[in-house]
Amino acid sequence: MAAVMPQTPPAAATRLLLSGNEAVARAVWESGVRVAAAYPGTPATEIIESLARYPDLYAEWSVNEKVSMEVALGASMTGARAFCAMKHVGLNVASDCLMTMTITGAYGGLVIAVADDVGMSSSQNEQDSRFWGRFAHIPVLEPADSQEAYEMTKFAFGLSEQYETPVLLRLTTRICHVKGLVVAGEREAHEPAGFVKNPQRWVMVPAHAKARIPALFQRDETLRAVSDASPLNVLEAGSDRSVGFVASGPAYMHVKEAFPDAPVLKLGFSYPWPPEKMRELAAMCDTLVVVEETEKILETEIRAAGIACHGKDVLPSIGELSPQVLHPAVDRLLGKPVPPPAPAAAPPKVFPRPPTLCASCPHMGMYYTLSQIKNIIVTGDIGCYTLGAGHPWNALDTTICMGATMGVALGIDKGRGAVDKNKRILAVIGDSTFMHMGMQGLLDITYNHGNITVLLLDNNTTGMTGGQATPASGKDIHGKEAPKVDLFKIVEALGVPNERIKVVDPYELPILFKTVREEIKIEGPSVIIARRPCVLIDDFKPFRPYLVEEDKCTGCGNCIEVGCPAIHVTHRDKVVKPSGKEVELAFVSIDSQACTGCGLCVQPCAPDAIQHVPRRDIPIHIVKTTSTS
Amino acid sequence: MSTNDITNILVCGIGGQGVMTAAEILAEAAMAEGHDVKKTEVAGMAQRGGVVTSHLRFGRKVLSPQIEPGTVQVLLGFEGAEALRWSHYLKPDGLALVNNARLVPPVVELGLFDYPDDPTGQMRAAGHRVVSFDAMSIARDLGEIRLGNTVMLGAIADYLPFSPEVLLACIDKRFARKGEKVVDANRQAFAAGRDAVAKQLATA
Repeated sequence: MAAVMPQTPPAAATRLLLSGNEAVARAVWESGVRVAAAYPGTPATEIIESLARYPDLYAEWSVNEKVSMEVALGASMTGARAFCAMKHVGLNVASDCLMTMTITGAYGGLVIAVADDVGMSSSQNEQDSRFWGRFAHIPVLEPADSQEAYEMTKFAFGLSEQYETPVLLRLTTRICHVKGLVVAGEREAHEPAGFVKNPQRWVMVPAHAKARIPALFQRDETLRAVSDASPLNVLEAGSDRSVGFVASGPAYMHVKEAFPDAPVLKLGFSYPWPPEKMRELAAMCDTLVVVEETEKILETEIRAAGIACHGKDVLPSIGELSPQVLHPAVDRLLGKPVPPPAPAAAPPKVFPRPPTLCASCPHMGMYYTLSQIKNIIVTGDIGCYTLGAGHPWNALDTTICMGATMGVALGIDKGRGAVDKNKRILAVIGDSTFMHMGMQGLLDITYNHGNITVLLLDNNTTGMTGGQATPASGKDIHGKEAPKVDLFKIVEALGVPNERIKVVDPYELPILFKTVREEIKIEGPSVIIARRPCVLIDDFKPFRPYLVEEDKCTGCGNCIEVGCPAIHVTHRDKVVKPSGKEVELAFVSIDSQACTGCGLCVQPCAPDAIQHVPRRDIPIHIVKTTSTS
Repeated sequence: MSTNDITNILVCGIGGQGVMTAAEILAEAAMAEGHDVKKTEVAGMAQRGGVVTSHLRFGRKVLSPQIEPGTVQVLLGFEGAEALRWSHYLKPDGLALVNNARLVPPVVELGLFDYPDDPTGQMRAAGHRVVSFDAMSIARDLGEIRLGNTVMLGAIADYLPFSPEVLLACIDKRFARKGEKVVDANRQAFAAGRDAVAKQLATA
């Protein structure tokens, strides 16, 4: 990813085509925010990426979401407007801060954008961040498109300051990654009022916290009234009152699309929700349906308030909703006939196309190596390298959450019985994940005599989200020089003996193989740092590409096992060996447009059929694209 | 609120092909025409060679950003099997414009799955109106494989509810800072894409 440098923002009153993420960023900037922090995570990554292009504010990549929230809180304590953004699982990490921050409250406006990956396009779970509003007693705002994301973000800072509360801006993938039209405004200045020493407020010891907790419950009640009066909650009367709907976020758009004439209570200020408006809606329609992605939160609360309603009894609790889902569900509820789907609407059967590692991805070297070693248990983690669990390597046995590879590996080591005694345990983690939440786990391994070989895949970036800088990449969010931490020294400081830390090149298969084999045989913790830059960052320089000399290829298929997407089968055959065994052959070619010459496939090729493309034929490489993930 | 005036365009392909950029330029053109526009994609791990679809909807007022199956007016496919994968999104009288590229993923090379022999043929057999052409060859003949995207935009230019010139102006704007030569090359690619589809339809 190219450096993110501040630019002159588009002028006010212009009509812009912005994603929800870009709209939030624009609004944060206009709100006079001074400090913004985040760790990259789909679908929220582009908020801070986009913010970093605006002048006159401080933006950072934090090492994890908890730190980003603490940075925002600290800024708020000075009276500065502050902002942090994260994906849904990031808020789990930050929740320790959140649950006490809600007691101190905000001083300068403090907004947390949290993006739920409804439908799980790039996450390990699906969870509903609206719960955090209830748990932490903070208001939740839910925009339904880019323009609303922009408006609600601006509103959130004022709300935060007026009621001294952090505000949760709940987004979903269909807000973050949908582009729509936004009319931008002006930036307003907000000079911090100054940090005021106030231990009763900022020092959360039991006596101080106890004194403030009643205010938390009082705030809920106050905000309930604010919500009832808020223009963000709109009761649309409709003309066909047989069914009325309660909806927020993208679900509102689906309801309007499917039932344009029905009464709808559109919740923008969705927690605390507006009791009077809710009763008004219930009174005007025969049947009330709560349409929410994903959990049954509003429905449960509305029913508890004594208002009869439907919801998850007719709608799914998993994945995204759409008009296509709503129509038959409501028809069924009303006892109307539901037409069967047209046969043409059935999706054609086509092979799956799971995401792959890129051509020349250094992780391929490690996973090819692991696929060749037997009798091992390999714990994995979150990042591009999670793809090592897929074909052809099938090299990872677990993936849970950021940094879990360490603790899970140690637990397997300590928990295993006789049946697993002879297995070697390896823990895979990427450089960015290691700094996010893996270091503590490694410390636990060394402190507790874990018998684990950690494979630290150092590609010098946060790969899966598009190549963001890390503390070990020597660059800050703007691509400017920053202190570069030494991963070797960190590993050593965490208690791994110097002689058990190996740095290897994942493109050098024989050395890599030998190093892994040796380290897993020795008792005690060790760390193998496999170091090569991600192919999507500027540090990566392509090499001379390869081709397959057709007459030399014997069809053994060894190169295919490397897993490179640039290798293609030209034709297949079968031969019967003298032993009588039938062997399948796959003859290959290399797409020289895609090959960047890492040489990984060359190494297992027995007949030396893979050779450099002659210099005169070297293709001009397609410019690397950046995308979101 | 009527949604009958909404144009639904589905752009599909695989990560790295430029699907999202093409959809974005189409969105800019619709916006320039004064339409309300929404564009969405599921591209979580698209950079890693996975499936990418971009839903583009425009008209007087767009509500849901997602296109429903069976409602697409024009499907712009950057790859044969991907066009087939999403062909059920087409309206009965919808049009598919498909680049003949055949991008085979590792799971197929490993022998775990089969690539369809004739994806566009399968679409035609299912009753869809399909125009297929080789955008990459066209781009290569123009001397630059990277022009493939603009060839694709040229292909759809005559099947939009606004003039091809509106789309071309958005392409010009995007490449303006790269100099006149690049703008001219893209104009040629745009024209070549339009021709390729027009020729196919003329002989059909």
